[in-house]
Order: sequence, then C-alpha cells, then structure tokens
Amino acid sequence: MNIHNIISEVEKVDPEIYDRLSPRRKVIQQFAKLSGKLALSAVPLALGSLFSKAYGRGTTGTILEVLQYALTLEYLEAEFYTKAVQSGIVPAGAPTGAFTTIRDHENAHVAFLKTAITASGGTPIAKPTFDFSAGNGSNNGPFKDVFTNYTLLLAVAQTFEDTGVRAYKGRAVELMANNDVLTAALQIHSVEARHAAHIRYMRRNLLSNTTIKPWITGKDTGGIGAAVQASYNGEDLTTQATINIVNINGKSISADAASEAFDEPLTDTAVLAIVDPFIV
Amino acid sequence: MKQKLLNVFEDQHAISAKGLARRKFLTQAGGLASVAVLANACKKDKDNNNDGIDLGSGDIGILNYAYALEQLEAAFYTQVVMSQFSGITATETALLTDIRDHEIAHREFFKNALGDKAIPGLEVNFAAINFNSRDSVLGTAKAFEDLGVSAYNGAGKLITDPNYLVLAGKIVSVEARHAALIRDLISNGTFADNTVVDAMGLDLAKAPKDVLTTASSFLKSKINANNLPTS
Repeated sequence: MNIHNIISEVEKVDPEIYDRLSPRRKVIQQFAKLSGKLALSAVPLALGSLFSKAYGRGTTGTILEVLQYALTLEYLEAEFYTKAVQSGIVPAGAPTGAFTTIRDHENAHVAFLKTAITASGGTPIAKPTFDFSAGNGSNNGPFKDVFTNYTLLLAVAQTFEDTGVRAYKGRAVELMANNDVLTAALQIHSVEARHAAHIRYMRRNLLSNTTIKPWITGKDTGGIGAAVQASYNGEDLTTQATINIVNINGKSISADAASEAFDEPLTDTAVLAIVDPFIV
Repeated sequence: MKQKLLNVFEDQHAISAKGLARRKFLTQAGGLASVAVLANACKKDKDNNNDGIDLGSGDIGILNYAYALEQLEAAFYTQVVMSQFSGITATETALLTDIRDHEIAHREFFKNALGDKAIPGLEVNFAAINFNSRDSVLGTAKAFEDLGVSAYNGAGKLITDPNYLVLAGKIVSVEARHAALIRDLISNGTFADNTVVDAMGLDLAKAPKDVLTTASSFLKSKINANNLPTS
C-alpha cells in the first residue's frame, strides 16, 4: 500500500483532511517521508492510530468530528471503569455498585455514539490504547498505582467525569445544526454530571473532607493537586454574560457559591491536552 | 404543619400579567366598553387558553421558561433552609444551603439577563410539601432537580443563540449534580438510576409543555407557554 495515495484519496472525500490533521501535520509530513523506510506491515497500524488521533481531535467543528471526539472520551471512561471494577480494589457494596452503574453508562455511551456516527455516514474511530497511569504509554506515569490505590482511583475518576462534563459543554454549540444529536449530547452531558457528583460525594465520605462537594468550588481539585489542575482551571468564574454573580441583586451569594452554580466549558484543545498522557 | 405564606420574592411583587393587561384595557376603554365587548374579550381569553403569564417567544421565551423554573427551585430551597426538617444532619444542612445559593444565583442571573423582558416573580404553591418531613422535602427536591435537568436537556434544541446554549449548558450540569446528590441522600447509589437514565445511557429530555404540567402544580401563578418555540 502507498500511504501518499491513501492520504490523497481521503483528501478527495474530505478536503479538510490536512486541516483536520493539522496538529499532527508535521508528523504526517515526517511520516510520509519515513513511510518508505517503514516495514510495510507496520503502516496500517500506524496509519490507523494517526487517523484515530486526528479524528478524535477535530478542529473544524463538524458534527461527525464532535461525535468522534466524544467517542474518544467515552472509550477512555468505559475502559477505565471496566478496569476499575476488575481491579478488585473497589469495596464491595455501594462503591462497586456505583462503579458498575457508571461503567455500564459509559459502555452505553460508546455504543450510542458508534451508532450515531455510523448513522451520520461516518466510521467510528477505533478504540485507542490507553495508559491510565497518564504515562503516555510508559505505564509509569503519575497515576501508575491507579488500579491498586482506591483513593487514587476515585481521584482519577473524578477528574475524568468533571473533564467529560466540561468537554461536552465545550462543543455543544457545534451540534446546533442537528437537533437530535444536540439533544442526545446534552442527555449524555447531564449523565456525566450525575457521575461526577456521585464520585465527588464518594471522595467526600471516604476522605472525611467536607470541602469536597458534589459541585466544583472555584478551581479546586478537591485535594488531588497539580497533576489535575488543568481540568479545573477556569471553573472559578463568577461572572456570567457580564453579570457578576457574587452578591447579585443584594442576595448573599459568595464567590464559592457563584463559581459552583455554573460549570464551565473546556475547549477541545484543553481537553485533548488533559487526556493526551492517557492515550498511547 | 401549617404552611407559611411564602413571600420569597421579596424584591418582586407577583403581578399578574392578565391583571395588568385588563387594567390597561379598562383604562383605555375609559370604562365605556360595553358589557358585551368585555364579555367577548374574556371569552376569547379563555377559549385560546392565553391567560397567565406569557413567557414570550424565541430565545427570550426559553430564558423566561428557565427563569420560571429557577424561581420555583430557589423558592423551594429557601423554604427548606429556613424551616429545616426534623433530624436534618450537618451535611444535609450544608449541602442544601449550597443548593439554595446556586438556585438563587441562577434565578437572579436570569432576571438580570432578561432585564425588562423578564416575567414577574411567580407565586408558588407548596401546600403539598411537608417541610418538617425529610421524605417530603427530599422527595420534592428530587422531583424538582430531575425535572430541571430534563427541562434544560429538552430546551437546548429550542435555543437559537449559541451564547444562550452555552449558558444553559453551564447550569444544567449543576442541576444534574444537585439531582445526583439529592438522590444519594434519599438512597445512596441512585444518582443515575434507570428511572432517569435509559438503556442508551441518556438522561431525560422533556418539552416545555410537559415540564410545565408538572411544575404548575407547585405554582399559584399561571404560566402561558403558548408562544414558546416547539422545534
């Protein structure tokens, strides 16, 4: 097979392929140069991975791209909860019940998005390989104990859920052309928020820490720390549409409450930077 | 428990739009309108079911719809925190107070965002709620929060201005967080059970008319949603 031909074939169908691949454009150029030197058998796999990342990281905002982006995040969550339930470190009873419920929802989201993508004329991206240590494939990243340390497991779960909520919120506008897809995305979005609230409540009780609430206060990570700060930056907004929420209309609304009352979106660029260490 | 008369919208007197319209009509007519004309006007009102507070049309209508729901929620939690149910725990007090503040923030935000397009403050009817009973309060809270989530989810597609969609998105996930917590307080682990999340992993989404049917049983004020967009 000839990789130059493949990309040029894709270009005929998808003229924006190079823009779509733009964060990786240099890689592609290098890839194209190197491809002649690569073992032929390695090419399909590498190409698949390249395209997966590209479509999971859309920049031009078509509905299909947003769906692929969502699918990438749902793959991440689904596999995370599957491994969490299998790990044996989640206590029996309510904790395992909650993880199982969430796992099933994430799997349902994967299935739903695949169906939606196919129905929209696309091909669902393949599931990436994940490294839940956040080690970019080394399996030796900052969360390397995630499936042996229950406290850490909950911390990563919280981060995934809160990030997921922000991710859907950040791209809803791009779905406005299709009411059905927009509504479905909103329906997934609020389920992720329910998950986030429950995981946060689990952490509150496990750690006996009343500063951890089902909602996000300021840009507080809930004691997780700098490793996940990017998932919370910007959540401390207390002005909405130029209206200051703190003590609005003479009501006693603290800055904490004002920030908690509104969840903030994240751009795809920010989300992809956050999940990048988890994707091999 | 005797239901106190709620006056939670202390900064807004609940003014009936119908009352205002009638007053204006009578003023203009100078009291000379014939009985027949007046009777016909009233009849037309009733036949078209156009009485009640008009939420308006387009995005303004949707924002007023959200404002109405936030008024209801804020009024409820204000009363919950003011007259706490027996046996309330410190955790419950703290989290319900947080929720009250969030709902007041939402209500006041919509009020200011809508400006002179805002509907008046609504009169609530909480006669069916026993604020001294944990079951009654949390059961109502669950109903309100799940309803709120389904309302925003259903209204998203009716919004035309992307900025309003983003704002609705910022609020709905907080409502979902509330819903999850309230559900967990009632029965831990029910944060997203199959009464709200279907087999495809999707939360509820409801049309305004369905939401308002439920909400209206908690409102003395009558809402007229006839001019809201439906698609």
